[in-house]
Amino acid sequence: MKRLINQQPSKAGKWLLGALPFILILLVYVVASNERLAVNPNDKLMPSFEAFGHAIHMMAFEPSKRTGDYLLWADTLASLQRLGIGVGISALISLIVGILIGIIPLMRAGFAPVVTVISLVPPLAILPILFIIFGLGEVAKITLIVLGITPFLIRDVQLRVMALPEELIIKAQTLGASTWQLIVRVILPQILPKLIDAVRLSLGSAWLFLIAAEAISATEGLGYRIFLVRRYLAMDVILPYVVWITLLAFLTDYLLRRLSLYAFPWQQNEGGAK
Amino acid sequence: MNNIELKKLWKEYGDNVVLENINLTVKAGEFITLVGASGCGKTTFLKMLLGTEKPSRGQLLLDGDPIRDEPDADRGIVFQRYSVFPHLNVIENVMLGVELGESRLLGRCFGSKRRKVRAQAQEMLELVGLGHVAKQYPTSLSGGMQQRLAIAQALIKQPKVLLLDEPFGALDPGIRSDMHALILDIWQKTGITIFMITHDLTEGFYLGTRLLVFDKHRIDPDNPNRYGASITFDIPVADTRKSTLDDISNTMKQKQETL
Repeated sequence: MKRLINQQPSKAGKWLLGALPFILILLVYVVASNERLAVNPNDKLMPSFEAFGHAIHMMAFEPSKRTGDYLLWADTLASLQRLGIGVGISALISLIVGILIGIIPLMRAGFAPVVTVISLVPPLAILPILFIIFGLGEVAKITLIVLGITPFLIRDVQLRVMALPEELIIKAQTLGASTWQLIVRVILPQILPKLIDAVRLSLGSAWLFLIAAEAISATEGLGYRIFLVRRYLAMDVILPYVVWITLLAFLTDYLLRRLSLYAFPWQQNEGGAK
Repeated sequence: MNNIELKKLWKEYGDNVVLENINLTVKAGEFITLVGASGCGKTTFLKMLLGTEKPSRGQLLLDGDPIRDEPDADRGIVFQRYSVFPHLNVIENVMLGVELGESRLLGRCFGSKRRKVRAQAQEMLELVGLGHVAKQYPTSLSGGMQQRLAIAQALIKQPKVLLLDEPFGALDPGIRSDMHALILDIWQKTGITIFMITHDLTEGFYLGTRLLVFDKHRIDPDNPNRYGASITFDIPVADTRKSTLDDISNTMKQKQETL
């Protein structure tokens, strides 16, 4: 028998092992839910799968009686829009600032300390300030996402730029590159896939800030809905929403990874995006 | 013509003397090999030629003018590794130098200009024997091929001096001798001045027209950094270029005529 560290699962075994925890969680839920419902058929904490199906049908495939919208899709669209704009702005800012303070020592001396300090401010603590300044509309929510993840992204980009081999920077100069040319022809193309990696890592926080902002002030959105129906202990809506958010997060991550491999084929032998 | 001149050149970091009082004149077209124990300052010497280090005292002249204290297109470089850009394919790596010169804003050429640059780069690739892999990315090439690419990339800017920092140190012996043939061929075709650091004394003797040994003249056992290294041997080797032979016969002829 080989040592445990040298035993590799077969392909089928890998799938089976991967699926096992999910099956176990489902099983535990079904058993517990059945027990509770047997004692009290009106139990709201652990609804049956039938109740889930009903709730999903109502949220996703029937227009709301009050607004006429299909709530799940309206919520999804609103949330994804906020998330997309927020993350997009953050990525753009961090790309520009991160590259500048990563490669230009004068910029680094000027801006790195302030970025470090800003990154230490807990974003949720300044959410009330954002609501006061920007009102309760979209701007405050998007600003929270931007403030929440941009400092992390800037520092990541800066470190990635500084980690580029010195040799490449010198080589570019011996080919006659100016600072600007060095940035657009050497640094930018090498940093873009790393920015995508950093964005993938920051998406978790982005969702956190989005849902926090929606919970406090919104009229639609996935986070808003969850906190709204919480008042009615509507676990049959909350749990499918949570699963849906998880699925969306997984899909965004997957798409970003595919984008990175597709747009930057040169990193395939480099141990880049995995 | 004198290409590079060093006059009473010193390099110190605080109390640590790395190089002391180096005087050297290098003619255009010489192939200088630099050998010495590690830490003897030959890399510092190369960095000063490159412009990433500044001499503490003394003069370093390129074609009679003080050398710029930052890297520029006058001096091409090939490092032991990380010499080529992983995000550009082979031919784009070679095109880059020309494109940077042609387009200040984008560093990128389009249309007919691009085709011209591409043709020029392809020619350079053929010279180093990489014509058949123009579309591949550097990471898919072997170490020897990556170094060939790095050389082609540096040469397309037609630098006055080519600096090689142990360029073949990481290669297998067989590949290494191919690279020797290549660099000698290029040197003979272009007549470029080459400085090459090597750990391999045989390589130094075989390739160079002039072998410089860096070592310390004096050693203070209580304070090893008190004295710096200088050039302890300056050996003319294997200079078989026609121009040198002509030089010699010319001088001899002149001498004969005056006698």
